[in-house]
Amino acid sequence: MRHHLVLRVVSKLLIPFMLLFALYVQFHGDFGPGGGFQAGVIFAAAFILYALVFGIDHAREVLPERVLRYLVPAGLALYTLTGFAGIVLGGKYLDYDVLGSTPTAGQHLGILLVEFGVGVTVSAVMVTVFFAYAGRTRDVDEEDW
Amino acid sequence: MAFLDHVAILQVAVPLLAAPLCVMLPGRHLPWALTLSVSWFTLICSVVLLSEVSAGGSIAYHLGNWPPPIGIEYRVDAINALVLLVVSGISAIALPYARTSVEHEIEPDKHGLFYTAYLLCLTGLLGVTITGDAFNIFVFLEISSLSTYVLVATGARLDRRALSAAYTYLVLGTVGATFFVLGVGLLYMVTGTLNLADLAERLPPLAESRVVQAAFAFVVAGMGLKLALFPLHAWLPNAYAYAPSLVTVFLAATATKVSVYVLLRFVYTVFGHEFAFIEPVLAWLVLPLAVIAMLAGSVVAIHQDNLKRMFAWSSIAQIGYMMLGLALANASGLTATVLHLFNHALMKGALFMALGGVMLRIGAVSLTSVRGLAREMPWTFAALVIGGLGLIGVPGTVGFVSKWYLILAAIEKGWWLLALLIAAASLLAVIYVWKLVEAAYLQPAPQDRERVRDMPPDMLIPLWVLALANIWFGVDAGLTTSVAGTVVHAFLGGGS
Amino acid sequence: MLEAITDHYNYWLVIFLLMAGLFVTMTSGNLVKKIVGLNVFQTAVFLFYISVGKLEGGTAPILTGEPEQFSNPLPHVLILTAIVVGVATTALGLALVVRIRETYGSIEEARLQEADRQDELRAAAEQGR
Repeated sequence: MRHHLVLRVVSKLLIPFMLLFALYVQFHGDFGPGGGFQAGVIFAAAFILYALVFGIDHAREVLPERVLRYLVPAGLALYTLTGFAGIVLGGKYLDYDVLGSTPTAGQHLGILLVEFGVGVTVSAVMVTVFFAYAGRTRDVDEEDW
Repeated sequence: MAFLDHVAILQVAVPLLAAPLCVMLPGRHLPWALTLSVSWFTLICSVVLLSEVSAGGSIAYHLGNWPPPIGIEYRVDAINALVLLVVSGISAIALPYARTSVEHEIEPDKHGLFYTAYLLCLTGLLGVTITGDAFNIFVFLEISSLSTYVLVATGARLDRRALSAAYTYLVLGTVGATFFVLGVGLLYMVTGTLNLADLAERLPPLAESRVVQAAFAFVVAGMGLKLALFPLHAWLPNAYAYAPSLVTVFLAATATKVSVYVLLRFVYTVFGHEFAFIEPVLAWLVLPLAVIAMLAGSVVAIHQDNLKRMFAWSSIAQIGYMMLGLALANASGLTATVLHLFNHALMKGALFMALGGVMLRIGAVSLTSVRGLAREMPWTFAALVIGGLGLIGVPGTVGFVSKWYLILAAIEKGWWLLALLIAAASLLAVIYVWKLVEAAYLQPAPQDRERVRDMPPDMLIPLWVLALANIWFGVDAGLTTSVAGTVVHAFLGGGS
Repeated sequence: MLEAITDHYNYWLVIFLLMAGLFVTMTSGNLVKKIVGLNVFQTAVFLFYISVGKLEGGTAPILTGEPEQFSNPLPHVLILTAIVVGVATTALGLALVVRIRETYGSIEEARLQEADRQDELRAAAEQGR
């Protein structure tokens, strides 16, 4: 990766902002447009851009596949457990009202938790899918670009 | 009591929670143990639900405490309680059987993922059945379908054709689900609701609307693909034939039944059979297709050498019976459909379990390879024969009860030719079952095959539980017919 | 007549995409192209839902306290789910294609059917001996 200087510099500049924007979309989801699906994809896009420019092996060092294997189910588990928390606290399944001290606070907390679960699963799945396909062939040779 | 209040959601949420946990479990035995206990838990839930609603009432559960039609509602009445019982019951019986079978057929390091896909499939099927929201049906349908494609593809270790079978299933299944969701979208467009009960109230004044009629067409076509109604059955034979044994048992016994349930629900509850445009569709489209399925499925089954594929084609024929009852639209016909939902699950569950045992012992399930095998595996083949007798409809087996009602339904309408055709299809079943019996019992074993023992007891006991259930519900059909009676009463609104 | 087309252009677009997608899915012999056709087919349904939910002159459904007309957000949310389902289907379908390419050495449907037939014959020959 000696050439593509422009690509490397621009990606290095872009990636932190992509991650930050993903976090904004994620945690602003209960006030405005946004949420776990979108945030997860943006977050994963940052990783995929990194893997495209710097090689998939480097990306694997940042986010190893054995970690991804736990992140994918962790998000789904967080979602279902939030649902069960509603039952345990005396409401219905996925009842957010009972999660906080007031129904409004409960709704905020419930949405944040569920959307965070969705975000974790979506971004982990996206990166997993990318690794699964890209990892099956060797990296493209420098000359073939 | 808290459990009773939440039993409807626990039925779906517990397998959904178990699925991600299963991925994280190490080894081979823990994922199996988790799946087993979850299956038994769902069975308990569905027994509780069925006993609550068998008198004719219904249970509603509002997710997130949002009242319908805003929120998603789970609603259980007699018909979906029965289908829930079929799905969770087959799963609970199949899981003890699964341990040895899966160990033999799936790569050792993939067991956790395999059982995760299985749990998701279970979640999806239970969710489709229990939910009272049209779009939620689509979501659960796709959860179960996507995991089914994965499960079918895991058969590639034994036979690479599992991959192309899974691919065909994926394409056709997705087309079916997309048709279904298009139909739901059209319904939402004209009614502004997705809740099934709400739809049923708002649709009658719109019976003349062309949008509603188009929606009905899309729903029927989509579900027809999912339940493998002839001529939309192309995905089924190979998917059943090359999937691992556990997957074939579970799919053959439950997946198509759930789709039949959805179609029943839409035709009889959401639209209502008195809609002027539905009757001709049932009489002139579904009924002839069902009859063709019945006959063609059996004829093709006769010519199969691979036994799994033989019984897969027989499934297409049996689905024909169910659709025939649905299309006849009278009390006996519907009773036959509901009974056959339950009975066919028992028969095909037992048959494919027995074939899984044959696969374990001799590594192949073709007519030529099972020659003379009945002497070495007497218990397995005795169960196969019981299941086969059920397919034929011999008195004393479950198959007889549902076929009896079906023939009754045809005679009530005065359609003697149809009654004859039903009997003829049963005779065709005699031929393919006899071919199996002849090969296994009467032909000598090939010289070069080593002698094998019968299935291990942990596989044999579940098989015989199902085989005895085949006889039990054939002799004492009181329980199933009373549930079917409640269902039919609800569908036809008391009359006829 | 012309008005019937222009007033409901979204439906015509949806119908065209549905047909095109289904046509490619059914007629193409290439497994990847079939998946592409399936995607077009699904996208048509997404467009259908979204265009049904849109109200001309309606705003985004964020409550500001003032009475205003806004588009129905529910179809959009439903379609978000359907898009995720579509992505999952595509990923799984392509994964199967990769595996098929590795085991069969081809992604042309005709070649696969030929290979399957050969498998069948070979299996029959082995058992028949």
